[in-house]
Amino acid sequence: MATSDLTDTALSIKNLTVSYHNQPVLWDIDLDIPAGVMAGIVGPNGAGKSTLIKSLLGLVPSLSGEVMVHGRPYATQRKRVGYVPQRSSVDWDFPTTALDVVTMGLYGRLGWLKRPGRKERHEAQEALEMVGMSAMAERQISQLSGGQQQRVFLARALVQQADVYFLDEPMAGVDATTERAIIDILRRLRDAGKTLIVVHHDLQTVRTYFDWLLLLNVRVIASGKAEEVFKIDHLRQAYGGQIALLNDNESLMFSASKVK
Amino acid sequence: MVWLELLSDYTFQNVVIGASLLGLISGPLGCFAVLRRQSLLGDAISHAALPGICLSFIITGSRDIGGIIMGSLITGSAAALIMLMLTRLSRLKTDAALGACLSIFFAVGIVLLTYIQSTNNASQGGLEAFLFGQAAATLRSDLWVMGSITLVTLLLLAVFWKQAKLVTFDAEYARTLGMPITVIEASLTAMVALAVVVGLQMVGVILMAAMIVAPAAAARQWSRHLGGMLTIAAGVGIVSGVSGATISTLSRGLATGPLIVLTATAIVLISLALAPGRGLLWGVIKHYRQKSALQKQQLLYALYKHSADPSCAPSTLGSRRMLNKLKQQGYLTRSPRGATPSDDGWGLTAQGQAEARRVIAAFEELAS
Repeated sequence: MATSDLTDTALSIKNLTVSYHNQPVLWDIDLDIPAGVMAGIVGPNGAGKSTLIKSLLGLVPSLSGEVMVHGRPYATQRKRVGYVPQRSSVDWDFPTTALDVVTMGLYGRLGWLKRPGRKERHEAQEALEMVGMSAMAERQISQLSGGQQQRVFLARALVQQADVYFLDEPMAGVDATTERAIIDILRRLRDAGKTLIVVHHDLQTVRTYFDWLLLLNVRVIASGKAEEVFKIDHLRQAYGGQIALLNDNESLMFSASKVK
Repeated sequence: MVWLELLSDYTFQNVVIGASLLGLISGPLGCFAVLRRQSLLGDAISHAALPGICLSFIITGSRDIGGIIMGSLITGSAAALIMLMLTRLSRLKTDAALGACLSIFFAVGIVLLTYIQSTNNASQGGLEAFLFGQAAATLRSDLWVMGSITLVTLLLLAVFWKQAKLVTFDAEYARTLGMPITVIEASLTAMVALAVVVGLQMVGVILMAAMIVAPAAAARQWSRHLGGMLTIAAGVGIVSGVSGATISTLSRGLATGPLIVLTATAIVLISLALAPGRGLLWGVIKHYRQKSALQKQQLLYALYKHSADPSCAPSTLGSRRMLNKLKQQGYLTRSPRGATPSDDGWGLTAQGQAEARRVIAAFEELAS
């Protein structure tokens, strides 16, 4: 379905405004993200990073705005969109197994009445294998570590075989091994022509992970190719005084990366 | 012989079938309520059923079960809706909104109840029985109504199993898959109201919340899958219903509803204590086992690493006991000599050395 043609626009947002208790959380967002990139959404706490993703997916009501996925309205394109929510958004004491959670990713495709069968379980098992969790398939989700839970959520989105993936802080609170495993999977998806849109909080790794960036603080501070956006002026504009420390060590920051 | 007599007793049959139906519907629906962290919603709905019961009596002038069901469904759902609106639109938190709704609706119900009693209508007799239930007054025709409600509700759950499960686990994700989560959540809440209606006659509006929460809480302890949890909850509901009804009938005069609730509570307590994996007892045993294993490893490790330095020999009571235990298991020997006062003469056997090396290897693998 998707082509990795870079001139194709995977996600297009026009004039998106979201408010909470009469305070604007996102203001007049205009944005185009090309297909086949790994895009990072970066900004300080309270900048509206998660809200942006949630309002795109219709989980948070927006005052205005239009969201197009591969040139068509999002509501008609749900099957081409995968979502990895924050790990803390669910109760992990729910009585079910890792495999069952991954199978939930196929519920949309199954429609209203059809039940998941052998074929669906097989697909879910394959997705678990992709994230290195095949041995944990029958494990209770309450017994998984934080990193393993994150991988299960990633597998649930993988099984959807979407073209555009939204990930909300997938690297939050996971160890270095899991972070590397997750980034490897995301890169493989990008190389297969998928578009990944990732909320990220760690400025240290931004340059190595992403080839496209959105710098957000209620408004769009800058967006575009990572090397053009990740500049000290833009960062200072987005983070205000909080970025002062980086000023002297700009070069140090660029070289400090966990993953090559 | 007394059992045979009991089983052929018309009233007993009605009570047992009614109690089983109640367990069958309140257990599974309670699971969804508990997992969605809305256990007390059942409490609010059931208390709010009272004004509905009274209004239906005022309008129809009779205790007809159809009218009572409609009335309690309407006011129960209204209470649930108002509660949800209060939490959405005002700054009240869920618990406060719930408490407010519950007491206001219940107060209105009591006022209406006393109003009806003051009118001295002959057919009002026993309307207050809905407070605590009056199982013995259950009629065959009531059972057919309760049975139909239970059957329809469980069928709906079976058909929309996928949706109910995903919305309960992760509603936002369900929405991104295109599921109408508001409709599904509202239906699940409406089904809790239906379960409450089934329980009105048996346990009454005040204790009904226990039948929603208790079977689900007990079932969570024993289950690994949602389906298993629902099945066990239904089983717990039926068992407590039947045993409560039996105890009540045998004892002649003890109230059925409270006995059902007490039986369910006993099952919850047993489950909390004993269930494998999640039970408290299990946790205590596991804690001591792990502690003992760790102590053993630590002792072997210390003796292996510091075998040349006897001054590190352990001297606390607990470790002495462990040393003797390890000696029995053949890991340690104790030579009688003891060159210095601090040297107890403990040493590793060949078997103990091998075990110590294994411990160290495992530890180093973990660290790398």
